[in-house]
Amino acid sequence: MTDPAIHKYSYFPGCSLATTAKENNASMVAFCRKIGVELVELEDWNCCGSSSAHSIDSELAAALPARNLSLAPEGRPLLVACPSCLLRLRQAQLHLLQNKDQQQWYQGTFDRPVDTQLEILHFFELLERLDISDVMPDAFERLKGLRFAPYYGCMLARPPELRHEKNYYGLMEKVLTSLGASPVHWRFASRCCGTFLSVVRPDVVTPMVNSIVDGARQAGAECVITACAMCHLNLEVRCRLPDSVPILHFSEALSLALGTAESDGWFSRHLVDPRPMLEQRGLLHSNG
Amino acid sequence: MHDTSSKTIVLSGSHNKFGEQVLKRAGTNFNRCLHCQSCASGCPFTGAMDYLPNRIIRLVQFGQIQPALESATIWACVACNTCSIQCPMAIDIPGVMDALRQMAIENGHQIAEPDVLNFHREVLNTIERYGRTHKLEIMLRYKIKKRDWFTDLNVGLKMLAKRKLDLTPSRVSDIGRIRQLFKKSSKDA
Repeated sequence: MTDPAIHKYSYFPGCSLATTAKENNASMVAFCRKIGVELVELEDWNCCGSSSAHSIDSELAAALPARNLSLAPEGRPLLVACPSCLLRLRQAQLHLLQNKDQQQWYQGTFDRPVDTQLEILHFFELLERLDISDVMPDAFERLKGLRFAPYYGCMLARPPELRHEKNYYGLMEKVLTSLGASPVHWRFASRCCGTFLSVVRPDVVTPMVNSIVDGARQAGAECVITACAMCHLNLEVRCRLPDSVPILHFSEALSLALGTAESDGWFSRHLVDPRPMLEQRGLLHSNG
Repeated sequence: MHDTSSKTIVLSGSHNKFGEQVLKRAGTNFNRCLHCQSCASGCPFTGAMDYLPNRIIRLVQFGQIQPALESATIWACVACNTCSIQCPMAIDIPGVMDALRQMAIENGHQIAEPDVLNFHREVLNTIERYGRTHKLEIMLRYKIKKRDWFTDLNVGLKMLAKRKLDLTPSRVSDIGRIRQLFKKSSKDA
């Protein structure tokens, strides 16, 4: 039985999706709307602290995500688009639940008790709950023949205290295969992209990114598909290979399967233009 | 069969004040470390490190404050968790690196990778100003401090051309609250 009611989720895009990866954000929201999931952006959300807060100021690393948790309306799951933000928000929630002093501080600061029921979930978890053939009935085989390298980077690795949570390794392969695409087998699916060292130590990150993209190409992939905006950016800006392959956001690939992808707003923002490849594959028409 | 249990060396930390401090701050018991080097084998950043991750743990266990706090390793770690997900003893290795980095700053130790610290400070500065990160400003201020305008100029221009670097920041309206969180953190530190 299909429930016609729209599922509402609170939505935390995070700084990358709000700025450098707007195409990731737009394709995520568009895809969700199309499958009957309404994302309600968390009002006035702030940065989760990124890599920098936990690196040099643990106190802030707890406080910044806490404010975001305090903004989430009760009784509605919070969907987080960025894997790093997700980790920060979940870790902050865990520490709040474990620590009475922290709970008191939270209540005093945000004037509400810690919502012990708040469910924080990643886009992967949302997808796993759905039956793809049910929510995307027309998309079957739409991506036929697209050879992709699934790239998770470090998003599936977690600190030991979050180890008990379910793992989603292979999810992109599962979903995209059911839409007709073919994953390649390759070495670098869960090799870290270098994150912020891309700015500070390009000498370290460039060879890493080159070997990742080259690995995808050597394995026969026409594109790399990422589920993290940071990975996407690093693979695009740090690759120095003369013949790179396009890097697609997972949400863009899903939208391509639904036939709702926007050539101009999304793919025009890529540093390695995926449009020729997509047009050749019949996945995109030149008029957008 | 020999009873090996009585021969286990327990590094209690009672004779190692430094180790105790790190333990308390990191909140993970690195004395469980077997030195199997799973962390070191999987880490993608060892090329930028002077000590392998498990050797950092060893330095802490032996109370070697200066080599640990002044190592490049603690700044090369990006907390990708590749190490901790394969650690058979479930040690939060990036958590240890966080603790060491913060102790190095607080105790005025020489910072092996000052650029990394500058970068982190610029990120936090934009969060304090706007509530969110502002990449263009982070990059510009980082470059000013480093006095390096030409490395990556082409990358920056390409990102601007693709509208990946916004000129104006994305802002939080309740910036007072954000400043309050920053104040709390600097007061407690």
